Amino acid sequence: MKEPLLKVEGLKKHFPVKKGALGRVKGHVKAVDGVSFDVMTGETLGIVGESGCGKSTTGRLLMRLLEPTEGKVIFDGRELTALGGDEMRKMRRDIQMVFQDPYASLNPRHTIGKILEEPLLVHGVKDPKERKRKVREFLEIVGLSGYHATRYPHQFSGGQRQRIGIARALMTNPKLIIADEPVSALDVSIQSQVLNLMQDLQREFGLTYIFISHDLSVVRHISDRVAVMYLGRIVEIAESDRLYGMPLHPYTQALLSAVPVPDPGFVREQIVLEGDIPSPADPPPGCPFHSRCPFRMDVCKSNVPSLAEQETGHSVACHLYTEEARGDDNKTLVTEGSL
Amino acid sequence: MSEAITQPVPESPEEKTAGPWREAWNGFRKSKAALFGAAIVLMFVLLAFAGPLIAPEGINEQDMSKRLMAPSAEHWFGTDDFGRDILSRVIHGARISLWVGFFSVIGSVIVGSLLGIIAGYYGRWVDTIISRLFDIMLAFPSILLAIAIVSVLGPSLQNALIAIAVINIPNFGRLIRSRVLSIKQDEYITAAKGIGMKDSRILFSHILPNSMAPVIVQGTLAVATAILEAAALGFLGLGAQAPAPEWGKMLSDARNYLRDAPWTMIFPGLAIMLTVLGFNLMGDGLRDALDPKMKS
Repeated sequence: MKEPLLKVEGLKKHFPVKKGALGRVKGHVKAVDGVSFDVMTGETLGIVGESGCGKSTTGRLLMRLLEPTEGKVIFDGRELTALGGDEMRKMRRDIQMVFQDPYASLNPRHTIGKILEEPLLVHGVKDPKERKRKVREFLEIVGLSGYHATRYPHQFSGGQRQRIGIARALMTNPKLIIADEPVSALDVSIQSQVLNLMQDLQREFGLTYIFISHDLSVVRHISDRVAVMYLGRIVEIAESDRLYGMPLHPYTQALLSAVPVPDPGFVREQIVLEGDIPSPADPPPGCPFHSRCPFRMDVCKSNVPSLAEQETGHSVACHLYTEEARGDDNKTLVTEGSL
Repeated sequence: MSEAITQPVPESPEEKTAGPWREAWNGFRKSKAALFGAAIVLMFVLLAFAGPLIAPEGINEQDMSKRLMAPSAEHWFGTDDFGRDILSRVIHGARISLWVGFFSVIGSVIVGSLLGIIAGYYGRWVDTIISRLFDIMLAFPSILLAIAIVSVLGPSLQNALIAIAVINIPNFGRLIRSRVLSIKQDEYITAAKGIGMKDSRILFSHILPNSMAPVIVQGTLAVATAILEAAALGFLGLGAQAPAPEWGKMLSDARNYLRDAPWTMIFPGLAIMLTVLGFNLMGDGLRDALDPKMKS
């Protein structure tokens, strides 16, 4: 089998919660709590989940913009989590990020040219002419014009700025691009333009994407495989068509049942989850989803289900599918669910 | 695909682009008060540079036969107790006051920015130490602290300048620190880190330029305060020493003749008032032009 480009093992990020004048640690917010997955070269892995489920934190951990509490990130055969500061800085040319807010991610005091030149400057392209040429080239690649280099960010629309953000990520010829909600701040009509651009670029440059979003339709459109996160854990991961066609985890089923279908005559039973998402500072024992799960069993309240492969490439973390629960009527109930 | 992109921007490649600083200037230009303030400041700056050419007499040309003469065609501002021309002394005084004002503020801005940026960016214990230091300094009434510093260093104009610079450090330090704290949360800083930029480059190329706007405003206003403080120290005999034509010192010398020769006090006093007014109006205008924006 091919080696994955990125391998994530047991990644955890616990933020300490401090209280009182002395700043004593009163507990931890488990933003990411044991996430493992692989990303193959050239594919797009989508990560979906509600706000606060830890998907953005995961993205930042992969780039080491945040230091993980535990776990390993192995990129291209090198363990990123073990690299020193300087080595990590050099690795960054291979992993770039596209940010959510195209208004905040560009320095308002720099011209577009300067913004795009910076990655080159940082990674040692010394010749100013060469830098200028690349800036123009990439502006055109993302659908803008070379002369836009002298403008300032506030003179562009949201969609155009996001194109600039994408161009910045491309400047260093990265292998992996982590896109953190790259289109959620944009109008729907602009969203599709930017998504198409990202797909074109993927083909052209052989990029690998990790695409983080809360928008299930967007993720389905762009991803080869999709991971669903809930409360800092991956609950289900599968190829996109499979996941959307036959979701196994009750949470995925509930999420998908909430996606609108463009057919007014279509009547579907919506699975409405009870209660709110629990606080990651105080997650329920056992399966993190058990407090809201319509199919919960006793075992769910005490044991954390691990992510196990059900069929090739389709893994789910749910007791409905574990050995001890097999034979239980619940299983049939779920797979024949209302989707 | 590309036809669909809206182009709210600039239609021709040749068109000049307005950078953030240029836009601020356009905003500044609209305020009459600010322009008036800037004009006053400019006038004093010119006086400071061209003083010796403009002043009708030297600063120390005494003429005991013309002591305490009222303003006249010969001596527009009158003469002081040594028969020196007050107009000439006021003009020369502009150089001293502006010199103290500018350089003390530049000193506080440099030291304050450096400390503030370090405190804000690195946080934790570094921040605690620097911030508490600022708190301690701010706990003293500033003029008292200045007097204390001058008494240690010895009274002279240069030491007054140093004292004024030192007492203003925490103001700038805090200002920059708070700006840095907010800016370092911005996504373009995260983006810069993601690119692989070094801390020093992030600090000086991204964070510092974006924190400068309030510093410029505060700096302009601080020049006014510094001039006042220098005058106060001069008045107390702790700043410029006789026979330097420092405005505060002139006021102090004049106070014995207040009743008989009020012009000895009025004109240096007016000069102080006008410069301070000029810097304040200009600072307010700058604030309006720079502050409410950071238009997104």
